[in-house]
Order: sequence, then structure tokens, then C-alpha cells
Amino acid sequence: MTTDPALADASNTAFVAMILLYAVAMFGYAVEYAFARRAKTVAAPARELVTAGGGTGPASPEHVDESEEDDDAPPPVTPGVSFRQAVLAGRIALVAMVLGAVAHAASLGLRAAAVGRWPWGNMYEFIVAVSLVGVIAWIAVVAKGWVARRLSLFAMLATVLMLGAATRVYTEAAPLVPALDSYWIAIHVFAAIVATGVFMVGFVTVVLQLISRRYAELSARDAVIRFPMTLGPRLPLAEKLDRITWRLHVMAFPLWTFAIIAGAIWARESWGRYWGWDPKEVWSFVAWVVYAAYLHSRATGGAGRRWAPWIAVVGWAVMLFNLFGVNLFIDGLHSYAGV
Amino acid sequence: MTSSAPRRKIVATLRRWWRQLTSMRTALVLLLILAVAAVPGSLLPQRSLNIEQVRAYYEANPDLAPVVDRLWGFDVYASPWFAAVYLLLFTSLIGCLVPRLRDHVKSLRTPPPQAPARMSLLPQHRELPERLDPDRVAKVLRHNRFRVTTRTTDAGVTLSAEKGYLREAGNLLFHFSLLGLLVGMAYGSLYGWYGNRILVAGEDGAFCNTLQQYDEYGLGPNVDSTDLPPFCLQLDDFTAKFLDNGQPTDFIADVRYGQGGEAPQDTYRLEVNHPLELDGASVFLLGHGYAPVISYTDRYGVTQVSTTAFLAQDAQLTSTGAAVFPDANVDPETGEADPDAEVAFEGILMPTTPEQPPFTTSVSPEADNPGLMLVTYRGDTGLDDGQPQSVYSVDAEQIADGSLEVVDIEPKVLSLGESMELDDGTTVTFEDLVPYATLQVREDPGELFVLGSAVAILAGLLPALIVKRRRVWVRVTDGGTEMGGLARTEYDGFAEEFDRIGDALSHARGERPKTKIGIES
Ligand code: HEM
Repeated sequence: MTTDPALADASNTAFVAMILLYAVAMFGYAVEYAFARRAKTVAAPARELVTAGGGTGPASPEHVDESEEDDDAPPPVTPGVSFRQAVLAGRIALVAMVLGAVAHAASLGLRAAAVGRWPWGNMYEFIVAVSLVGVIAWIAVVAKGWVARRLSLFAMLATVLMLGAATRVYTEAAPLVPALDSYWIAIHVFAAIVATGVFMVGFVTVVLQLISRRYAELSARDAVIRFPMTLGPRLPLAEKLDRITWRLHVMAFPLWTFAIIAGAIWARESWGRYWGWDPKEVWSFVAWVVYAAYLHSRATGGAGRRWAPWIAVVGWAVMLFNLFGVNLFIDGLHSYAGV
Repeated sequence: MTSSAPRRKIVATLRRWWRQLTSMRTALVLLLILAVAAVPGSLLPQRSLNIEQVRAYYEANPDLAPVVDRLWGFDVYASPWFAAVYLLLFTSLIGCLVPRLRDHVKSLRTPPPQAPARMSLLPQHRELPERLDPDRVAKVLRHNRFRVTTRTTDAGVTLSAEKGYLREAGNLLFHFSLLGLLVGMAYGSLYGWYGNRILVAGEDGAFCNTLQQYDEYGLGPNVDSTDLPPFCLQLDDFTAKFLDNGQPTDFIADVRYGQGGEAPQDTYRLEVNHPLELDGASVFLLGHGYAPVISYTDRYGVTQVSTTAFLAQDAQLTSTGAAVFPDANVDPETGEADPDAEVAFEGILMPTTPEQPPFTTSVSPEADNPGLMLVTYRGDTGLDDGQPQSVYSVDAEQIADGSLEVVDIEPKVLSLGESMELDDGTTVTFEDLVPYATLQVREDPGELFVLGSAVAILAGLLPALIVKRRRVWVRVTDGGTEMGGLARTEYDGFAEEFDRIGDALSHARGERPKTKIGIES
């Protein structure tokens, strides 16, 4: 099987189109985030939070759940950009994000066609696929109405950072080494990609959750609020973000479990043993254990709940190390997957 | 009398510790410790993965290495401290699971509990003006896979319904399967074994499954060397295909095997990802390389041939290795050996020799233009005194103490069939190049059990995370019908489900609802 250079070039062209579209989307969302504010200037009555886990107290007056936005409130006077323009920017951004995802998928699909195999045989392809899953998962989250559109700013930021990292490890389209030539690549790597992409979105929401929570705490005691906590007034309540984060992790965790099991079955076929504490196996295991701890931490009362988002952050840090650290700096059996 | 008080105290303390150990918080902390404990094994070289790297670490850090070693740093996953963490975790798990299993069995046997007296205090509550038929209500709830109990009192009829038992069942299955996984792994390491072998193509390379035949092996504590299944293996041919840049695309080892002690006769196409299953053991293709055939004709005109595997050093299969002739220059008339005239060669093999110097690295992994560059040693090879030596290099100690000396001749790249004359008139010839395959033979009797546990882990995980446990009560009195609902686990969609049930019930007076409500079972 040889590489078709025309298709490989087309894949790279689609990649560039995707980056441009995502850049447009990011700009549009930034405008919407900054200027389309309808923050209530009148102190709303403090709402008692009745969540299953028990509320932590009244919401701060300014800190309004964005689902309850008051359409009648007059838009504040903002320099340059009107409220209507800002909303328009958000709509354009949404279109650019969806088109970007299409270009993203095309880039991956064309690469698959160029080499006649699954498009995830090296680290570059893996990261491109993970960020595609992240974008699709995020679009689903927005479409389901879990979060407001303007928060896509942060998902786009995470995606673009990932893709930027992908370009640092760009690899020419090429066929696979024999060890990867197995139908298990479709199963194991696909599961790892989907799980990683959903964890990535979970990371975005958990960071927003932490910012929102910190903002609420600071404003409750009238402390000085600095970046990034200044993002707080426009974020949903931490409790709401907490539930979204939880759902995303609940989705990703079984997928991750499955990816590891499929990897172990494949390892048995190609390396002769199902588990050998190879560095990639070690770090996959560590990530699994950390995310398992996240899922458990919410069942251990107040202290556990407080720490839960931080455990999720550590989980994503481990995932990133597993992807970049292990592939680039540690010698192991996965190294031959090619950087 | 006097001794019972302290004893009670000890029991109380132990009980407190046990409760502490089996608490969720302890399990959580142990989980995080386990994650941290696993890390050093990926940063330090591990004996089980690559003993050469451990040796290199010793050389690079002569002071630190013994300390690391004493802390089991090179055997992290076999270390007592790693075992301590996971055994504590599993003890905590058992202590947590057994009561939960008991409770779950009990809850399966007891009907859903009585409705609270004031249902209006429940998170979900609804009143219907009409008086519903309790049988119909029970039917609708059952149809929606609730467990339903009907209790009749003077005040009216109360139905208690509960659903989502699968959550706890899945949870228990998941956690017990984790234990199963550990048991399966332990069983496999007690009763399993493996051996690695470099198999050179041709009949001479054939071997049968005994420990002496392996270059490296490991036996589980409960396995005896006589337990190994009697099979024999031979490599007929090895084919490797490469792209122009040297990246391999296919490895095919055509092997011949015989089971039950028979000579190799059946053939099999052994490939990566396509192991050969033999008498319970599996044969895996792990790698490949080339073995040069080197002949040496000594002072008496006696020719000896050596075929030894050279080990690949890079992706282009530049390989290094040695050929040792301890019986060289033995006078055929007297049979007398000259201990200082033994001969050994060490060299670099290039499957494709570059056109231009330096002739040190191959330019392609394919054997297009093989070249062999040899360094010759003469003297005492040290092989006669029975010391184990690496077959891939000439013994460095013999060179260091002067027993072996380099024969000073112009270095030369031998191409296939070419000979080189040494200073004493003897000759060395690069006769042939044959491929070899690196095989691993392994038997792990715990494997299937581990696989089953892994599948059960996943099967338990899904309901444990997705299913929600919830209760619904319906009280029918003369004045009308009252409903109440409670989600026992975090469940955002419960209000909607409760509403849908309420709607369905008020329709249920007449006929059965056609559609089922509440997709979450
Ligand atoms: C128990 C065994 C295994 C575990 C725990 C495991 C884990 C993982 C993880 C976590 C990833 C995500 C990507 C990353 O972080 O780089 C991954 C990717 C991948 N795995 Fe595995 N794996 C296992 C076995 C295997 C085997 C046997 C093969 C092939 C022979 C394989 C080939 C790949 C490839 C090609 C990728 C994606 C490309 C890349 O990382 O560059 N894995 N694996």
C-alpha cells in the first residue's frame, strides 16, 4: 500500500481551512463573550440552591445562572460593539465552528484515503482525531442546551491548543509498521480517541467550574477579583458546570476502560502478553485510577466534593503526559507508533 | 474479669480501624496513592522490561543505583510496597463490598418501603383530582419496569414502586470483577511461563521446547521445567517487506512445527498479531534480524562454520555480533590444542553496505548488498573454562586481561562469499546470510479468567454509572390520588420522568399506555 500524494496534500489543505475557520470562530465567540452581556444590574433575590447534593448557599447577586437571563434588562453601554453585533458575532462563530469541524473531518478522511488505512497511526493523526471528537462533543453539548453558545470560546481555545501541538509532531502520511497492521487499531485506538476527546471537553468544563466557584467565593466576601476569575460573572453556576462535568466524565470513563481492555487484548496478540507495565500502559492505568478516584470522590461527602474538580484536572494532566510525555520522552513499546 | 476490659478495648480499636479502612474516603486515598506508586516504574528502567537498561543505569549512576535497587526501584510492580498499596486497597474493597452485597440481596427481597405520611414533603409531588384504579396504576408502573407493592389501609390504597436496582448490581459486579482481575493475574503468574528464543532459518536452527533451548526464560513458582508441552519449531523462511525509507510493512515467518514430541512437519505462517497456538502455549513473533554464516580455515586447513545471530542496532538493521572458534588451530594429528591460538571475530553487519565510506551503518534493512566488517582476536577465548558468556560479543574480560589480543590487520568490508587472509595465513570467509526470527513462547493459564473479569468490569460499569435508583409512591383515597417521587441517586431528569409517569397514570384510567416512558431502566 503506497501513499497518494495528491490526497495527502488535500488533507493538509483541509487542515489549513480548519485552522482558519476555528480562528474565526474563536474571534467571534470572544466578541460575543465580551460584549453580549446582559448582566443584571439590579440585585436579584438570592436564590436558594436545591440540588441533589445540597446547595452550598445562596448565589451571589451578580452571579446569575445564564439560563435565567433577563431579556428585558437593557444592554449595558459598551464601547464599539453593540449588543446586536455581538450576538451576530456569536452566530457567525457557531457557523464557522461547525464548518471548521467539517473541514477537520475532511482532513482526517482525506488522510485515510491517501494511505488506505485508519487515519490514526501516529501521534499527529491521533491528536487531530482527538480534537475532532472534542469539537463534535462540544457541539453536542451546546446543541443540547447544556451550556450557552458563547462558552464555546473555551472549547475552541482548548482545540486550537491541541491542534497547535499536533503541528509540532506533524508526520507525513505513510502506511503502518507491521505491529499496527491489525483490526485492533480500529477498535483500541478509536476508543482511546473518543474517550480522550470527551475527557478534553470535561476538562474545559471543570476548569470553568473551578473559576466559577472561586469567583462566587471571592465575590461573596467582596475580595479583589483578578483574571481568570473575572470570567466568572458570565459563567454558569459552579453547580451546573459540576453536573455537566460529571456527565462528560461518566461518558468518557467506560470508553477509556474499554480502550485499555482492547489495548490489552491487542497487546496479547502482538507483544505476547496482555499487560507488561510498558510506560504507555502505566500512564493509561494511572489516568484510569485518577478518573476512578474522581468518580468516587463525589460520593464521599463535602470534602470529597470539594476536591473532585481538582482530581479531574489531575486526570487530564495525566492524559496529556501519557500522550506527549510518554510518546516523546520515554522509550517504550508504543514509541514505534511514530511521532 | 480483669482481662476482658482491655480485650474489649482492643476489639473496639480494631473495629474502628477496620471501619476506617473500609470507608470510601480511605479507598479514595488508596486509589490516589496507587496512581502515584505506579509512576516510578515508568521513569526508572525495569528489570522485567529491559534488563539492559537497568545495567546501563548502574553504569551511569554507580552510587545511586544500589540504593534505588534496595528500594525495589527496578522491580516496582513486584515490590512489596506496591503490593502493599493494592492489597490494602483490595482489602478495603472487600470490607466495603461484602456488607453492600448483603444489603443489596436484602433490598431485592424486601418490597419497596411504605410511603411517607406526608408525601407533599417529597422532592416530587403531584395531586390528581380523580380516584385512579390501583390495579391500573400498578400495571402501568410495572410496565415501566418498577417493582410495585400494594398496601391497603383504612385510609385507602398505597402503592410503593422502586426501580433502578441494576445500578447497585452493576456496581457490585464492577468491584467484584476488579478482584477477579487480580486473582486471574496472580494465577497466571503462578502457573505461567515464557521463553524467548532467536530462531535462525534452516533445519540446524530447529529447537524443541525445553528450558535449555531458550535464550531467556521465566517460570512461574508453581511450574516445573518438565511441565512444558513437548513441541518443536523450525523456521523455514523469513520475509520482511519494507518501504523505500526502510519502514517495515510486513514480517512473515514461515515456521514448521511438531506437537507431542514429533519432529516439525506442519507449517504455519507466523506474523505479528497472528500468533501460533501450540499445546496451550502461544508462539509470538517479536522481531527479526540476520545471522551471518562465517567460516574459518585454520593453520591445519581445517574449516569450521559458525552461524550466529547479530543483534540489530538501528532501523536499517545495522547489526553487531560475534563468531567464536574455541577449537581453532587444534593439531589434527596430535589432537593438541594451542590455548593461545583460539580465534574470535567481532563485527558489524550491514544488510545494505553504503557506496561510500564510512562503512559503519547500513542504508537499508533489506539484504541487497550485505557487508561484514570483522575485528579478529587471537588467544584464549575463555570459552573452555565453562564461564557463561554473551554470544553477541567477545568476552571483554579476556580482552582486558590480555588473554585475547587484536590481530592487527587492515580492516575490510567483506561482501557475500568474500574471504580475508589473516597474518598467519588462515582465512575467514563471509559465506552466507540467513534471516532469523525472535520468538516468544508463552503460556498464561490465567488469561481467559482475566479477560472474563475485564468484560465483567465493563458490563458492571455501564449500569453502575447510567442507571438511576428512584422511588414512586401513589396513594389512592376517596378524595383523589396523590403521587410522590424520590431519586435516590443524583438524577437530573427525574422531575421530567415523574411528570411523564403522572401523565401516563391519569391516562391509565381507560386503556394501557401505548408507549413506554422513562428510557432509563
Ligand atoms: C494494555 C495495553 C495497551 C494500553 C494500556 C494502551 C494504551 C493506549 C493509550 C492510552 C493510547 C492513547 C494515545 C496516547 O496516549 O498516545 C494508545 C494509543 C495507541 N495504541 Fe495503545 N495501548 C495498549 C496496547 C497497544 C498495542 C498492543 C498496540 C499495537 C501493537 C497499540 C497501538 C496504539 C496506537 C497505534 C495508538 C495511537 C497512536 C499513537 O499513540 O501515536 N496499543 N494506546
